[in-house]
Amino acid sequence: MELRFTPEEVAFRDEVRTFFKENVPDDIRDKMAVGEHIEKDDFVRWTRILNDKGWAVAHWPEEYGGTGWDPMRQYIFLEELQRYPAPTPLPFGVNMVGPVIYTFGSEEQKKQFLPRIANLDDWWCQGFSEPGAGSDLASLKTRAIRDGDHYIVNGQKTWTTLAQYADWIFCLVRTDTEAKKQEGISFLLIDMNTPGIEVRPIVTIDGGREINEVFFTDVKVPVENLVGQENKGWDYAKFLLGNERTNIARVGMSKQRIARVRDLAGKEMSGGRPLIEDERFREKLAAIEIDLKALELTQLRVVAADAKRGNTGRPDPASSILKIKGSEIQQGITHLLMQVMGPHALPYHEEVEGSNEPPIEPDYAASAAPGYFNYRKVSIYGGSNEIQKNIIAKAVLGL
Amino acid sequence: MDFDFNEEQSMLRDSLDRLLADKYGFEKRNAIMAQPEGWSPDMWQAYAEMGLMALPFAEEDGGLGGTPVETMIVMESFGKALALEPYFPTVVLGGGLLRMAGSPEQRAEFLPQVAAGDLKLAFAHTERNARYDLNHVETSAEKDGGDWVLSGTKNVVLGGGDADYLLVTARTSGDARDENGIGIFIVDAKAEGLSRRGYKTQDGQRAADLTLDKVKVAAERVIGDPGNGLPAIRRLADSAIAALCAEAIGVMGQLHALTLEYLKVRKQFGVPIGVFQVLQHDAVDMFVAMEQARSMALYATMMADSNDDEERGRAMNAAKAEIGRAGKLVGETAIQLHGGVGMTMEYAVGHYFKRMTMIDIAFGDHDHHLRQLAAGGGLFA
Repeated sequence: MELRFTPEEVAFRDEVRTFFKENVPDDIRDKMAVGEHIEKDDFVRWTRILNDKGWAVAHWPEEYGGTGWDPMRQYIFLEELQRYPAPTPLPFGVNMVGPVIYTFGSEEQKKQFLPRIANLDDWWCQGFSEPGAGSDLASLKTRAIRDGDHYIVNGQKTWTTLAQYADWIFCLVRTDTEAKKQEGISFLLIDMNTPGIEVRPIVTIDGGREINEVFFTDVKVPVENLVGQENKGWDYAKFLLGNERTNIARVGMSKQRIARVRDLAGKEMSGGRPLIEDERFREKLAAIEIDLKALELTQLRVVAADAKRGNTGRPDPASSILKIKGSEIQQGITHLLMQVMGPHALPYHEEVEGSNEPPIEPDYAASAAPGYFNYRKVSIYGGSNEIQKNIIAKAVLGL
Repeated sequence: MDFDFNEEQSMLRDSLDRLLADKYGFEKRNAIMAQPEGWSPDMWQAYAEMGLMALPFAEEDGGLGGTPVETMIVMESFGKALALEPYFPTVVLGGGLLRMAGSPEQRAEFLPQVAAGDLKLAFAHTERNARYDLNHVETSAEKDGGDWVLSGTKNVVLGGGDADYLLVTARTSGDARDENGIGIFIVDAKAEGLSRRGYKTQDGQRAADLTLDKVKVAAERVIGDPGNGLPAIRRLADSAIAALCAEAIGVMGQLHALTLEYLKVRKQFGVPIGVFQVLQHDAVDMFVAMEQARSMALYATMMADSNDDEERGRAMNAAKAEIGRAGKLVGETAIQLHGGVGMTMEYAVGHYFKRMTMIDIAFGDHDHHLRQLAAGGGLFA
């Protein structure tokens, strides 16, 4: 048992830290540090810097542009990235469809899509959820009917994050209505510029525009855009959702945000003294820190176990813990941050185009309440925490 | 980073678990608990033969030179079996204090006997008004020529009823809560002026209250500086916390395992109750809490040896707070999911719950450690 990083791992961590320090654009870092939205251009600029270094798709197999780092180095890289803070590579390409393509896709698909994901030449979005298919994803209804060299797709996807920027969408579609619901699903790659696709924004409770509805009306998709076999899409989707859970603890990001809460609580006043001296507040903060430390070690246990048995790409079901605790901690921190701002969390900072009005002070309070509202999502997406509990109950506890 | 035991450590865990599975079943434990001394001399002998008492001590002190990892393994296994023998007071506390702060002569005199299983020790520190504050000592130590004279009372001294020697803290100067002026004294259980009243604790273990009425202690029986014992006491408390966290993991593991088994066999409404989602999610909450607690127990073990007092203290605050929180959730949920049978003395789960509850109280409960951590600037300071 050795619960410390090896000297080689420490050297690697320092190398990564130095790279971020020298290469993350300051304006992007500053936005990240205060919880502002990262624009498309920010993602693209940063991804290309990473890609030039060969780190944009670090965890992919080396033949597709990955680094060959072991799971511990992958972990250190992401942890330091989040902590700096810098944006994590856009998950829809790098963590979701990319691994599906290199694992199940055709040679043509690999050649066409993988380098463009690494360089963020293509912005991908995820077409899984539908109005009637949330946690019960397999009941999805978007229909793809084979017609010669094409599928004709009709239906609706929803909660599609950042679809407004997307060049491509990967979709689960129903190709067999007779089979058992999991067995009639296929995995299609669809060009967002195809006629018949319409994207409509959904404004979330924080006032943000992250998510969308995507409508498909007689959309023609070439059959070569089918991934793997027809009616095997559910297997690929399960593979994808399993991958999603491994990166979801976000320990580094939570550490960075806790540091921000502590910093601001040292400046904001309460009862004539800094809020951080308030016993009730600082005990709540300490309780979250403890939770986070435990999560960090739980994640390291999962990573070390992965390293030992070789990364199978199939995460331990126990990694569902990471999703549950990770999301609870992230949400808890957003609530603390809002509390730090006190009454100054109240004003709604509206962006009005062409307005010369100065921002409402203090401007750094602007994202506090929206951050709290927005982060209710993290216990819902990626398989809600209740679904995660079902997974643990079945796969780990044998109930 | 490697969370696996090496071969020797795995062997230690396997052979101890085998011994306890064989000799320390629930019925057997009940019989041992009912004995006048409340623990089994035969088992004590068996542990000694396995080398458990020698584990944490240096080879020149008759020990095996083990690390906190070995102590963690032993304590987790003891937690699994709810072992009643005074290993914690003798080896972790008494032996630990001598190991960390004793003079070469004191170590030579006592530790080989502890390592051989021939001597039982206890750490007599807690007093009526001290609660969890390690600096609160009212028992007095007056200088008398070259010797010391101790007077006062000590409460809830774990293993204090039948220890051969008691390591007693007493104030050599200053007021009750001063950080300076605390000495640590090795008191022979047969010393004149010492009286003790032994009793059972809520979890079936044994403790004692001590009254010291002008008990004479020779100068060579003072551990370290008689005016500055607190750093050693804090260090000891930290290693005690690491050991208790490990024991708690063993206890929680059994609480969870028993509950899962029950959910699978208990039928109501014609089905095993484990098919009900509301109970499944409760069981998952237990699992998540237990795994998070295990991570913190590992953290405590990793930090138990650290010479950075502040960092070590923060780690123990965090670990003990987490163990307390998780243990309460796991224990209470285990009882709830068992329903009525969980309330009965004749079923094991309640006994694990009781031990878990006492572990939270020992060496500072959840609230105490959270408050300390928060006041000290937090964990990531």
